[in-house]
Amino acid sequence: MAEAMRQINPEVVAAFPITPSTQVIEDFAKFVADARVDTELVTVESEHSAMSACIGASLSGARAMTATSSQGLALMWEMLYIASSMRQPIMMTLVNRALAGGINIHCDHGDSMGARDAGWIQIYSENNQEAYDNMVMAPAIAENAGVRLPIMVCQDGFIISHSIETMQIEDDEGVRSFIGERLTEHSLLDTDNPASWGALDLADYYIEHKRAQIDAMANAKTVIQEVSERFNEQFGRKYELFESYRLEDAERVIVAISSVSGEIKQTIDTLREKGEKVGLLKIRVFRPFPYDEIREALKNAGIVAVLDRSASFGAYGPLFGEIRTALADLENPPMTYNRTFGLGGRETFPSDIADIFAESERYLQGGKIEKVSDILNVRGD
Amino acid sequence: MATMQELASKEGSFSGGHRMCAGCPVPIFTRMLSRVTDYEVVVCSATGCLEVASTIFPYSAWKVPWVHTAFENAAATMSGVEAAYKVLKKKGKTDKQIKCVAIGGDGGTYDIGLQSLSGAMERGHDMLYICYDNGAYMNTGIQRSSATPMGAATTTTPVGKESSGKAHLKKDLTSIMVSHDLDYVAQASIHNPVDLSKKIKKGIELDGPAFLNILSPCIPGWRIDPSSSVELARMGVETKFWNLFEVEHGKYTINYRPRKDVPVADWILAQGRFKHLKRPEHKHLLEELQSQVDGQWARLLKLAGE
Ligand SMILES: Cc1ncc(C[n+]2csc(CCOP(=O)(O)OP(=O)(O)O)c2C)c(N)n1
Ligand code: SF4
Ligand SMILES: [Mg+2]
Repeated sequence: MAEAMRQINPEVVAAFPITPSTQVIEDFAKFVADARVDTELVTVESEHSAMSACIGASLSGARAMTATSSQGLALMWEMLYIASSMRQPIMMTLVNRALAGGINIHCDHGDSMGARDAGWIQIYSENNQEAYDNMVMAPAIAENAGVRLPIMVCQDGFIISHSIETMQIEDDEGVRSFIGERLTEHSLLDTDNPASWGALDLADYYIEHKRAQIDAMANAKTVIQEVSERFNEQFGRKYELFESYRLEDAERVIVAISSVSGEIKQTIDTLREKGEKVGLLKIRVFRPFPYDEIREALKNAGIVAVLDRSASFGAYGPLFGEIRTALADLENPPMTYNRTFGLGGRETFPSDIADIFAESERYLQGGKIEKVSDILNVRGD
Repeated sequence: MATMQELASKEGSFSGGHRMCAGCPVPIFTRMLSRVTDYEVVVCSATGCLEVASTIFPYSAWKVPWVHTAFENAAATMSGVEAAYKVLKKKGKTDKQIKCVAIGGDGGTYDIGLQSLSGAMERGHDMLYICYDNGAYMNTGIQRSSATPMGAATTTTPVGKESSGKAHLKKDLTSIMVSHDLDYVAQASIHNPVDLSKKIKKGIELDGPAFLNILSPCIPGWRIDPSSSVELARMGVETKFWNLFEVEHGKYTINYRPRKDVPVADWILAQGRFKHLKRPEHKHLLEELQSQVDGQWARLLKLAGE
């Protein structure tokens, strides 16, 4: 991720250390120290100030970036909404980590899922290659004139952030030509045309401003597809709103996000060899959520198990809610159920995935979901 | 230094038509920001009276670039602006000579924003941070802050059977900022525009972090007449409740010495928020406040090497 940040060469990076995202900032600090980037690194005294400084920098026409995890994202919360409301294309590396209480440094998606309504584009990555590629695409998406929204590129803490993997890093020139310069129509530093930003916004205008944000997020879906297309043309790696893995004729489908997809693909390959019609829909873009495309992709499935790596206490998992909503408009929607897994880094094995496919088979045969929601690998069952 | 007339002839950074209370002295200094210097200024306000009353979408009283993001982070927001300016200047993307000014009330500065202020000052950003200290959270209806003087009635320190107003002494934020070993730390008051404008100019123009704390009476908060805010600021200084001085890397200069010893009770009892202190059972509070003020002045003399 630090490598993508170096290639983007933003004017300002403001960040505060937290495991497991610390490494990104330490590596970047070395690039600054060695003058390999033109960036001002603002080593702020908190994540709240990190996001505040990013907003100030971005309003001034700079490309601004940060990286964080878990508690750091939680401390930024207030400013996340302000960044998106001010329509600033700030870029964040989010290394997913469980939220305290009971401090835990391992992966789950509780941090970013809690921020899903903060008005940020959220793109999830299965591995380091995807995280790098998604970050290279981030400026073009966030800064697009029809979008102008902040973007979070998420990857799983430790599982991905601290793993060693062979990957393709594109050359600096290629990346820089892909990204181009940031074009700003209005800058806080334009003293000839002084503007006020962040005015009191009461009932007579607030809802119009929110509507503009809602529309921008809707535009982001198209822009993400265009940018991904352009990325494929230049670098030869194809990305869509989600990845369909052996989905075409699949009767039993799992929908999941990020690194667990590796185990799922592996299991699918094994089961396919035995002739089982199983497949994966891997979410890449969670905000904006591609309801129509997902409905189309899952319309022929018999049953869909949705894996959530975060809990929405008192409700179904956040991904499950979206998937059921997407499928609700079908005349014959597939059966659906929800499994929560991996909270705080609890391991998930290919055998767990095989069990889910077996459970799906049972439900499909019996024509009935026995348990809509449950937790995998948990004590007390 | 420009005369007051010359100052007034330059375009001010702040226009009329804002929604501050009649008699509010805050616009005295917000208008000065562009008048005291030839630099272009960019301003960030923390949430508070000034922010809320100077902009209501789509209107703004600001004639210079202005931003508000939240309550506790004017200094952090400005850190980002200043960092961006430095890089964009180096890259030749702007040729303007710009200086950054962050403004917060006492709540946004002494309390919730203290951490981000301390961080920004320690990092050495080229910015002037101005606190207008009106001694409470006025925008939300006069709740106590750590800048509220002892004995003052606020909506969260009401007077009652067991309470004679705020129980604790005011925090000495200016000393905390001096401890940051900044290029410039000063106290000023809105009743003395010559001293005030000199300090704003100095804080804006030097290359580095500067902090200015301004005593700023509040009409409803202090329960005073709209015509008396300037006079009450003057009395605050004459009674040595609020002293005018500046500190450059630890070196103190006292800018004003009251000619007479005026008891702090004269200032206190001119304000409705202290009216309960007129009662004999609260006499000890007046004495305590006087001894605090005396101690503060003696300490200042010592720090100034006298
Ligand atoms: C995080 C947060 N907490 C609380 C508030 C509510 N709030 C807005 S302004 C304010 C008080 C401002 O006081 P001060 O900084 O002294 O400025 P003044 O209103 O007195 O000018 C408060 C408590 C807020 N906006 N944000
Ligand atoms: S409440 Fe006080 S500080 Fe706020 S505008 Fe009125 S006089 Fe000024
Ligand atoms: Mg106040």
